[in-house]
Amino acid sequence: MKRILTLLPATAVCLAFVSGLAYSIWQIAITTTSVDLPGLLGENLDQSGVENPVTAVLLNFRSYDTLLEIGVLVIAGIAGISVARTSSLEDPELRTSDTLLYALQRWLIPLMLLLAGYLLWAGSDRPGGAFQAGAVLAASGVLMRLGGIPMDFLRPGIMLRLGLSLGFAVFLLVAVTSALHGGEFLAYPPELAKTLIVVIETVLTLSIAMVLLALFVSAPVNNAEEPEEGGSG
Amino acid sequence: MTPSLLYAFAGAALCGIGLFGFIVISHLLRKLLAFNLMGSGVFLVLVGLAQHRSGPDPVPQALVLTGIVVAIAATALAVVLIRRYFHLSGKTALEDPARDTLPHQGPREVREAPRE
Amino acid sequence: MTLWLMAGLLFTPLAWAVLTLLAGFRRGRVVTWLGIAIQVLVSLALWAVVVRDGGFQYPLGGWQAPLGIELRVDGLAVTFVLLTALVAAASGLHAGFYLDPDKQWHRYFWPLFWFLWAGLNVVWLGNDLFNLYVGLELISLSAVGLVALGGQSEALRAALRYLMAALLGSLAYLLGVALFYGEFGSLSLSGIASALGQDSSGDGTGFALVLMLFGLALKTALFPMHRWLPPAHGIARSPVSALLSALVVKGSFYIAARLWLELGAPLGSLALAQLLGLLGGMAVFWGGWQALRQRKLKQVVAYSSVAQIGYLFLLFPLTWNTTEAAALQAQQAMTLQVISHALAKAAMFLSAGNLIMSVGSNRVNALAGVSHFLPFSLFSFGLAGVSLMGLPPTGGFAAKWLFLQASLATGQWWWLVVLLGGGLLSAAYVFRVYRASFVEDSNIDHFFHPARRLEIIPMILALLSLGLGLMAEPVLSVMALTFANGEGT
Repeated sequence: MKRILTLLPATAVCLAFVSGLAYSIWQIAITTTSVDLPGLLGENLDQSGVENPVTAVLLNFRSYDTLLEIGVLVIAGIAGISVARTSSLEDPELRTSDTLLYALQRWLIPLMLLLAGYLLWAGSDRPGGAFQAGAVLAASGVLMRLGGIPMDFLRPGIMLRLGLSLGFAVFLLVAVTSALHGGEFLAYPPELAKTLIVVIETVLTLSIAMVLLALFVSAPVNNAEEPEEGGSG
Repeated sequence: MTPSLLYAFAGAALCGIGLFGFIVISHLLRKLLAFNLMGSGVFLVLVGLAQHRSGPDPVPQALVLTGIVVAIAATALAVVLIRRYFHLSGKTALEDPARDTLPHQGPREVREAPRE
Repeated sequence: MTLWLMAGLLFTPLAWAVLTLLAGFRRGRVVTWLGIAIQVLVSLALWAVVVRDGGFQYPLGGWQAPLGIELRVDGLAVTFVLLTALVAAASGLHAGFYLDPDKQWHRYFWPLFWFLWAGLNVVWLGNDLFNLYVGLELISLSAVGLVALGGQSEALRAALRYLMAALLGSLAYLLGVALFYGEFGSLSLSGIASALGQDSSGDGTGFALVLMLFGLALKTALFPMHRWLPPAHGIARSPVSALLSALVVKGSFYIAARLWLELGAPLGSLALAQLLGLLGGMAVFWGGWQALRQRKLKQVVAYSSVAQIGYLFLLFPLTWNTTEAAALQAQQAMTLQVISHALAKAAMFLSAGNLIMSVGSNRVNALAGVSHFLPFSLFSFGLAGVSLMGLPPTGGFAAKWLFLQASLATGQWWWLVVLLGGGLLSAAYVFRVYRASFVEDSNIDHFFHPARRLEIIPMILALLSLGLGLMAEPVLSVMALTFANGEGT
């Protein structure tokens, strides 16, 4: 009974929310827009350096968003490794000793690396791109770690921090140097747009995989505790 | 009624279910799943509604990709925090912290011993 | 010139985040000093440019809105950019000496600090609804990371609670963005505002505005959605608390205010405006009352933030369907309240950190006798408190005076109760801290003395907050600067 009484307001709130949302979706659906953004995008697509419109939006028209989004990912990575204390990667508890996994690994990891490379390459003219490739790369890293393959670069250290920030740093560098050419910030010179976008995509793939993997590895393994400011006295 | 609009309505339903879960469930990991459900609903609304209006539109698709990365970053960070919180306190929920106000002169510091 | 200023403003924090991530704590501190110097100079120069030439739109990558992202650089934005530079510089300098360099996780303070600063600049200048969302996430995640720094159980609990609230708020905001994009096919805030002014009735987007305001109010910790704030602000290291209370909550409020001022007239309603004002008023009383009852010093200051945030929400009823003069007064009051609270609260948290460091305890009662020993920090705390109470000639007074005038001009006299009652409550909790520090029966006779430079920083902030009341006129005249073509708020 008590449970029902606590659930009732929540149900009412959610129902009101969904009906309000559905009503406004309906209202919006039956009117017409004044701005034709897809059309505008189509007109400018050939200046963007890539054929895939989604990649063009991500890395050219709205590249500032993408830069900040990678920033968010790096923040998550930093915050993750700052609270975790990874003592040793060779901790046997962190391993899965499964012969099936070992056998599968030999097949899957090369295949996954290949897939990641393909997704990265495909991003320029059809669905794919840095994030998808990075996710696959991170997944193969997770598999390797579960299989106990030592990956020393994941220990908190300069390598890990370099890897976390590489993609972001290169992206930022491109943004700043493009201004030295006299252009606006984040405006690629048209003849270099394709090369730059491919370079950015590649380093982003590595960094995205690194962040996701670092967050996976940031498993809490020790009891280090620091009292609140001034302690409890 | 186009298929895109159907996606938008499905997104609205997912948002509602996710919100319900987010409010009602106290287990942190499940709360996080509810958040992700809600996030998917929002992305469906974003793409579905825009594409119902103007056909295939790469802008909301790109926005959703950005949104997914942000959601993944937040989720991964939350999982790390939840795991460490569980490791230190042995708890899976955020119950109300002990009231720390003047009139209450009970136990000064309620602190559970770590599990290990 | 402007190009370089904009680049300096947007990219130094990001670049410094990377640099400090690679350096350790001590080297990161030196690198940060350089970055702070650059940021402060750039902010000042940009402020001067806007004062001289008026505001401008800045299309990133040369792509105009709605295709690309445009930034709006107007008087209000540069005022907040400058405020951020000031408070973040103070907190960063304080943190460099306050945090223990030998704790290895403190090295991550610097990159998170710089990402936070970058996110704040994104929000002040943003004019693209989705870009603002990314900026909000940048702020939230780095703030959560800063609260969790060190990974102690209580800090993690506070950080998780904060993260959950922030995530829900962001999603509500993003859902609103999705509806706006569906309706208008554009993400540019000024584009949407002008479309609303012309032909579109904006059917269905009223709900979107409600959703976004709800999400932003949750992130701003408006009563009764404030419960995540006191634990997070109370448990974080003091320089972090200063950043969170002074700047982070203002980021989401600023977006809410911009949305309201641009879209509130066609999409808002009297009920919504009054509801937001009412919740703000309740926050003033509830936050003040709770601050009076807290046993820990930083919890007192944190609940005082809940109360002070409440005043900001008086903006909503005072600008909805009111005369232009009254609406302008309310906007000026909001700006002054944001600035004076940011300065005063940063001063308060930093001096509270010094006091806690000195007596080795975070409890209010443990302050007994500290008045002899640390008069300087206690004085900064008190000066900041005077501004929070709203006594003349402080910035807090100027803000509340303008709110009062706007309330009378619009005939909404009931907000006077909030303005007067809130001031009395703040006086009560500031005096409570003072009374505790003048108690003589302390049996502790050894106090740790924090370095002089730690004490000077909050003092400067407190004095600025105090002097703001005298400088209100020039500050407000800059705030009112809009674009050359007369567009904007």
